[in-house]
Amino acid sequence: MVDTATTARPAALKPTPLTSEVAVQLINMNKWYGEFHVLRNINMTVRRGERIVICGPSGSGKSTMIRCINRLEEHQQGQIVVDGVELTNDLKKIDEIRRDVGMVFQHFNLFPHLTVMENCTLAPIWVRKMPKKDAEEIAMHYLQRVKIPEQAAKYPGQLSGGQQQRVAIARALCMSPKIMLFDEPTSALDPEMVKEVLDTMVGLAHDGMTMLCVTHEMGFARQVANRVVFMDAGQIIEANTPDEFFAHPQHERTKLFLSQILH
Amino acid sequence: MTMSEGQLAIDDIRYLQREAIAPQPPPASIVGPWAWIRANLLSSPFNIAMTIIIVLLILWIVPELLKFLVFDAAWTGQNREACIYTAQHPDVGACWPFIADRWSYFVYGSYPIPERWRVNVFFLMLAIGIVWLLWLNAPRRDIGAVYFFIVMPVCSFILLNGGFGLLYRVDTSLWGGILVTIVVASVGIVVSLPLGILLALGRRSRMPMVKTLSVMFIEFVRGVPLITVLFMASVMLPLFVPDEYSPDKLLRALIGIALFASAYMAEVVRAGLAAIPKGQFEGAMAVGLGYRQMMQLIILPQALKITIPNIVNTYIGMFKDTTLVFIVGLFDLVKTIEVARIDPQWAAPTTSTTGYVVAAAFYFVFCYGMSRYARATEARLSKADKR
Repeated sequence: MVDTATTARPAALKPTPLTSEVAVQLINMNKWYGEFHVLRNINMTVRRGERIVICGPSGSGKSTMIRCINRLEEHQQGQIVVDGVELTNDLKKIDEIRRDVGMVFQHFNLFPHLTVMENCTLAPIWVRKMPKKDAEEIAMHYLQRVKIPEQAAKYPGQLSGGQQQRVAIARALCMSPKIMLFDEPTSALDPEMVKEVLDTMVGLAHDGMTMLCVTHEMGFARQVANRVVFMDAGQIIEANTPDEFFAHPQHERTKLFLSQILH
Repeated sequence: MTMSEGQLAIDDIRYLQREAIAPQPPPASIVGPWAWIRANLLSSPFNIAMTIIIVLLILWIVPELLKFLVFDAAWTGQNREACIYTAQHPDVGACWPFIADRWSYFVYGSYPIPERWRVNVFFLMLAIGIVWLLWLNAPRRDIGAVYFFIVMPVCSFILLNGGFGLLYRVDTSLWGGILVTIVVASVGIVVSLPLGILLALGRRSRMPMVKTLSVMFIEFVRGVPLITVLFMASVMLPLFVPDEYSPDKLLRALIGIALFASAYMAEVVRAGLAAIPKGQFEGAMAVGLGYRQMMQLIILPQALKITIPNIVNTYIGMFKDTTLVFIVGLFDLVKTIEVARIDPQWAAPTTSTTGYVVAAAFYFVFCYGMSRYARATEARLSKADKR
């Protein structure tokens, strides 16, 4: 018993490795909200360990796109393949993918009736069927990593926005995800708290986590992204390395966008 | 120079406060009982007028009540003689000997006297179950739940109904008084919440058939008065079902009330579900929880918490509606009082009023108890969400 416990635990403390070289692949993906064509012919490949920053004006479909990857939104045409598994209406596959894809939301979406510790251990216990003691050990490890272990017994409502967002990151990490999705993680934060969240994300990037991140933090994009993807009106307009993207934007719309946000 | 002297003029552009201002105790005008009275009872002319009117109202009602219930009341006696007007007794208040004499009828109805210990054991079991479940620091509340929802109902049924070769069978038509009221109310309370939750989830379901069926049930039941449901059960059912298969009268009423309460409960729970932000559903889905786990662990605990006042409101309404079972010939508390008060042995001017006072007091104690417990639960749960 002791043997299996000691060998099993370190494995659970690391992200699950991807089985295939391609983490996420979107092929000719289209989505409509009723009559409105929100995502138009999206093609994108995210390789293992890549960090992608997605930016664009509001309403351009960037959040919708990453929400399609764990099926919080349904696409109507084309294919989405996550680590070799295609997303269809098969509920089993959806649950499987959600288990392996962590997500961090703009408004944290922590569970207010549970403590920070319970927020982190809930999914490992109920979804991964992990013993409570192991789940708590892992949760503590990640809470230390996001630098708030002392808040474990508190409720989310007692924490600041930045702390809540770091708990949300820890909660996602507790499931040992293969891929992390960030949906404007710093947009709802007070200016003083943006840095603590970004620092956590930079740390995660340095560990080789595959990340897709919708954000307007261009400093973050420069620092960690392999690629910056620019979207407008439901399409991917331009994608490039951060150096090239910021120094030599090609499309007129990209130039306009950059001139608006980089003063 | 500090600016605290109120010298800030328009042309003072620069300002710098180097020292933190230490907190001072509040002025005497905002603390103490006199300040409370001034702030809450005498804050404006309208408030003063209301205070005076309400004090006068209390001064008018309370002495009258005390006079009827205590000072003029008859306390001892064997029959109506104690409660009628006499020369020494020109004003007659409450007729308490009537209550004392008929009390066991109010509690047990016509339940056979030698078997009444069974009812007492049932009351005791119910009380233990309620305390076990509602007292938060009670040991092993999980066993308490099993006891309350499984062990107790089965034992109560065997105990009260008899049969199975163990106990002498007591026909439900002999049950009465508080026993019937409590049985009908507890079955309604215990059944309506889980059934209501299922109906509410059904109504929000994406499966069209489940949804339609839930909507039809809820809207049909809500669109029909409870009296009609009970009438249907007692008058119409025997027309369709042969007499020997016709279910027991009490059982019919129990089913009617439980289904009726469930429909109302479903709407209450649905309102709670609708109030949960979409982000909670997404957060739960994103960590990989399935539908059942999401509902059970994340959504329902929060939804039920915010609907506690409404759930209890429904319970209170249902508790009082149980009295309608007299329609199908059951003897609940109010019906036993109705029967007892027209008994010539106790015919006196205040017999009826006294009986109704007792009924009112009984219902008030139970309903107010529910209300207080709900308030306490609400306060406890909302503490967690506050900073």
